Amino acid sequence: MEVSRRQFFKLSGAALASSSLTALGFSATEAKAEVREFKLARTTEVRNTCPYCAVGCGILMYSLGDKAKNARASIVHIEGDPDHPVSRGSLCPKGAALLDFVHSPSRVLYPEYRAPGESEFKRVSWDWAIERIARLMKEDRDKNFVTHNEHGQEVNRWVTIGFLAASASTNEAGFLTWKVMRSLGIVGFDNQARV
Amino acid sequence: MTNNWIDIKNADVILVMGGNSAEAHPVGFKWVIEAKARNKAKLIVVDPRFNRTAAVADLYVPLRSGTDIAFLGGVINYLLTHDAIHHEYVKAYTNASFIVKEGFSFSEGLFSGYDSDKREYDRSTWEYELGPDGYVLTDETLQHPRCVFQLLKKHFSRYTPDVVCNITGTPKEKFLKACEIIASTAPPNRAMTSMYALGWTNHSVGTQNIRCMAIIQLLLGNIGVSGGGLNALRGHSNIQGLTDLGLLSNGMPGYLTLPAADEQTLDQYLAKRTLKPLRPNQLSYWSNYPKFFVSLMKAVYGPAATKENDWCYRWLPKLDRVDHEYDILRVQDLMAQGKMNGYICQGFNPLQASPNKAKTLAGLSKLKYLVVIDPLATETSAFFENHGEYNPVNPAEIQTEVFRLPSICFAEDEGSLVNSSRWLQWHYRGQDPPGEARTDIQIIAALFLKIRELYQKEGGTFPDPILNLHWPYLVPSEPTPAEIARELNGYALADIKDPQDPNKILVKAGKQLDGFAQLRDDGTTACGCWIYCGCWTEKGNQMARRDTYDPANRGLVPGWAWSWPANRRIQYNRASCDPEGKPWDPKRKVIWWDEKKGMWTGIDVPDYVPTMPPSKGMGPFIMLPEGVGRLFSRGYVKDGPFPEHYEPFESPIGTNPLHPKVVTNPVARLFSEDHKELGDSSKFPYVGTTYRLTELFHYWSKHCLINATLQPQQFVEISERLAKEKGISNGDEVIVTSARGRIRAVAVVTKRLKPLVVNGKVIEHVGIPIHWGFKGLTHKGFPANVLTPCVGDAVTQTPETKAFLVNIERA
Amino acid sequence: MALQSLDIVARSATTLPPPQIRHTEEVAKLIDISKCIGCKACQAACMEWNDLRDEVGINFGSYQNPADLTPASWTLMRFYEVEPDGELEWLIRKDGCMHCAEPGCLEACPSPGAIIKYSNGIVDFVEENCIGCGYCVTGCPFNIPRISKKDNKAYKCTLCSDRVAVGLEPACVKACPTQALVFGTKQAMLEHAAERVAELKERGFKNAGVYDPPGVGGTHVIYVLQHADKPELYELPKDPKISPLVRLWKGITKPLALAAFGLSIVIGFLHYVSVGPNEVKEEKKDTDSNPPA
Repeated sequence: MEVSRRQFFKLSGAALASSSLTALGFSATEAKAEVREFKLARTTEVRNTCPYCAVGCGILMYSLGDKAKNARASIVHIEGDPDHPVSRGSLCPKGAALLDFVHSPSRVLYPEYRAPGESEFKRVSWDWAIERIARLMKEDRDKNFVTHNEHGQEVNRWVTIGFLAASASTNEAGFLTWKVMRSLGIVGFDNQARV
Repeated sequence: MTNNWIDIKNADVILVMGGNSAEAHPVGFKWVIEAKARNKAKLIVVDPRFNRTAAVADLYVPLRSGTDIAFLGGVINYLLTHDAIHHEYVKAYTNASFIVKEGFSFSEGLFSGYDSDKREYDRSTWEYELGPDGYVLTDETLQHPRCVFQLLKKHFSRYTPDVVCNITGTPKEKFLKACEIIASTAPPNRAMTSMYALGWTNHSVGTQNIRCMAIIQLLLGNIGVSGGGLNALRGHSNIQGLTDLGLLSNGMPGYLTLPAADEQTLDQYLAKRTLKPLRPNQLSYWSNYPKFFVSLMKAVYGPAATKENDWCYRWLPKLDRVDHEYDILRVQDLMAQGKMNGYICQGFNPLQASPNKAKTLAGLSKLKYLVVIDPLATETSAFFENHGEYNPVNPAEIQTEVFRLPSICFAEDEGSLVNSSRWLQWHYRGQDPPGEARTDIQIIAALFLKIRELYQKEGGTFPDPILNLHWPYLVPSEPTPAEIARELNGYALADIKDPQDPNKILVKAGKQLDGFAQLRDDGTTACGCWIYCGCWTEKGNQMARRDTYDPANRGLVPGWAWSWPANRRIQYNRASCDPEGKPWDPKRKVIWWDEKKGMWTGIDVPDYVPTMPPSKGMGPFIMLPEGVGRLFSRGYVKDGPFPEHYEPFESPIGTNPLHPKVVTNPVARLFSEDHKELGDSSKFPYVGTTYRLTELFHYWSKHCLINATLQPQQFVEISERLAKEKGISNGDEVIVTSARGRIRAVAVVTKRLKPLVVNGKVIEHVGIPIHWGFKGLTHKGFPANVLTPCVGDAVTQTPETKAFLVNIERA
Repeated sequence: MALQSLDIVARSATTLPPPQIRHTEEVAKLIDISKCIGCKACQAACMEWNDLRDEVGINFGSYQNPADLTPASWTLMRFYEVEPDGELEWLIRKDGCMHCAEPGCLEACPSPGAIIKYSNGIVDFVEENCIGCGYCVTGCPFNIPRISKKDNKAYKCTLCSDRVAVGLEPACVKACPTQALVFGTKQAMLEHAAERVAELKERGFKNAGVYDPPGVGGTHVIYVLQHADKPELYELPKDPKISPLVRLWKGITKPLALAAFGLSIVIGFLHYVSVGPNEVKEEKKDTDSNPPA
């Protein structure tokens, strides 16, 4: 049964009410009240680090399922890691809402491509995207790689491309990126330290 | 950070200036509150705005944005004129007694050696005077007119309270109160910590802002001690790591640098970087540079790097000068000129983050191809989309090919991040990536393998470094985080013998190294980043350690994660002891000299040679060739060996009261096109300053619903006085303009911003949070960079986004 | 049956006596305003834990967002710029249910078991039993409960009764970066509060004090205030009491009310049968909202 608040006041006329509906036949068992079940009881806990600022707070991520082969994990809750010596379980409003980052409607799910002049992306395959990017990069590099500067010094650099590195990615991703970009001769290289 | 987050609890005074840690680092700020509750510490906040940090401060001191050097120069002058310095520390642990070359001078805003055509200094006079033995001459009495101490006194004698407050607009009694509290930490039993962030770096004088505080902390003896230090808070979760790893235009892992074009041979390159001691018995740790470099090249090029080919030195790209960086501002400028073809943005949103959005937009539109690797649909990836006034472009006119590649977010990733305490912390995957998202490692690997395949098949320009890049991963398309972490730590390529005893093998071939002392320059070790050596040893992944034991409750937790270098938790900790090796303050002891054992010991890893007796007089700053802290920074800082106040490039007073002929930083970076886009106070009378809010992280967390509800709509902040003058009521819509563009936002009229009187003129600030854009779950908005100018700090090229000129009107 | 640790000691509109044999410790949340930086971690953690998501509102000229408590925002940072002693202070108060020892909401509630009080002091709304009459709103001296337009039920902070029941602290308390929120037994919180007050007095806040108003029997959410002599600076009632009207209903007008109330429900049911459920139309003012990307 639904009785809206406004409707209730309208219908009941005076703002009078009982403190005992049992008198009207509502039984005490129907009015039972239980505390909400603890929602993490059998979730799986995984430790991670908050990806936002550089305090590096420890977080505990709780996911659906117990890692059984047939269960697909999905993070359902994130809270602070009480053992972490800096954060001791605390999180800021961003860290406390990390769940909404994981499941943001803005997550990009598939490789996408926007052709010149188009106003929208279209979905493409990873293979196609990587092939096309590699081709564009190679054409550019082969044509514009600078082996010697105007003074005749050997410089072996590629300056018609820029690369901005992700300062929320891991050291491991960072080092692999460094190796690859430097082997290509890229010097237009930066990260968020400046901005 | 020289120290670490928890150590802040040991401070007696906390100075938050050039940052707003309660807002930007709330959880780290826990330890400020702890210091207040535990130590009765005093918290001073110096900021143009009464911000969230100020809400819990003991003293809030306003100043005009962009005048930190004037303020801090005034503090230096106060300390020197009130003799509030740690004398023994200054004498033994700084270059106060060092004699500077004849010919060094400062006059009318310029140091010696200025070339106005090139807008740069010849820094040859900014050096020490050397004796015939190659060591610096000193005067232990500190009386020599050319000793650093006397030069420092002279330089800052101009920064009297009246001069300072005239520039900063700070009420004089508040300035003096701040000086008094700061000065209270000169005795050895008191310490002040300095916490700063982009509030200091985002200026044309950013580096010198920080230099000022380094001088103050050295004068007070607060570097190296528990509860002290100079603590850069760092904005992103792994900005420390990416900087450590040299993902910068001229960077190499472990703070090595790319060669310059005139360093055509390896010997030339190494000679400039292998620094010899400048005083007797000093260590000068960079004398090991060749070991770090050769080991890096072995990690990068593997067997291809040999002694005969100078470890592939030729293959490294070379800049025309070491400081001719292709940083984000230069690349943006080249892009706007149509000189760039491709751009790859990995987890980076330059359309929102780079100054002068219109310039970036024009540049992106001239590219042939743009690749965006990101978990979220960023503005940069959608720069070609028309979003009305928020992004007024015509897609049909934009010929750029755009690729948007989905990467994982933290929850789906594994690996290490470095926090601002220099802790490498390992984390684990909690769910599989959504859709077809891939890890950054997989994406970079796929791209590389494809490019290498094309070069293998077709040949091309200078293919050698690509074809020979060391790729030792079990599954080439799937390098694992563990494999790369082990590479970063480093491993032995041959048996590593003890130099003292050639029969003793320290590390067997193929094993992980224990620490950087084992690195060799003969090609027998490989190491991706020498300062990370020790992070993944034969004992396993040290970054994943979770021991919370905290000896003596000093906040060092040596068994939690792994801290570079060498798991040290407080850098320069040798300076926490007096020259004899006894802690200056017994209640903050972290290391000390154990005479019986003949070694340094304590609860932290000593930042020193472990067996070096104090009597040998080795200085505590072992990375530096002089072994002591630099009050005078020699030629290392491009815009001067001492900091000097220069006005922001858009100055509300249009003059520099200290030297009207040199108003702004004479060597700051300013491209010619950007110069044309500077405004002046006749059209733009107010100081605009940009900042973060705690509810939103840059341009990401507006994609998170909870955060969008907490800060749903763009606003700017102004004082009650300015609001009244402009007829603006709280909650009104306003238009803020600069010489670069205009934004529309809600006005928050607040008591927390107050007008300041500067050089006889009333100055108002307009506070501009940075977070909104045309993507995400908040209301659409304008990023603050619509307004900000492209002016770079002289040293770091960090843009001046904290102090520029704007106007404001009711919409 | 409720969990063992959480005996229900009071139940709205019910005359059955509660179990009285077991003794459980009373808990409390301490809100130390002198340590609060207004970061809203508590708001975020509350929404996240309780599976609530509020509307994306507007900025009305303040850091305060949303503008008020809502059925989905059970806690809210309220920001006050005051100059009590000439110097500017930015007082930031976390608002939300006070979990009164004598809860006005519970006393006013006519629906059996819609509002309950556990032996640990937590006052909880049981939405399944809520009829949306709004009497709890009238009964609350702190203006806390909010009725949802979506389901016509009253919502407010539960002090994370589900977490507390298994021995955890509330989500907001755990998240708080600066220990402005602390959780423990009421006794421990009062002791901690006394220490904080002493420290604040030492720092010059001579009127610092604890807000644990006796008019509602004390509360299980207590404040440390820098200016306890002026709770109005924080928009806190000086001497909150349960409205005399609520007490009146309970006593004299009960028989009258019973009849009227029963009648109204019957009519309401007829209305439902004949007209159908009342649907609340979502109001969407904003045209500039970002679509999901």
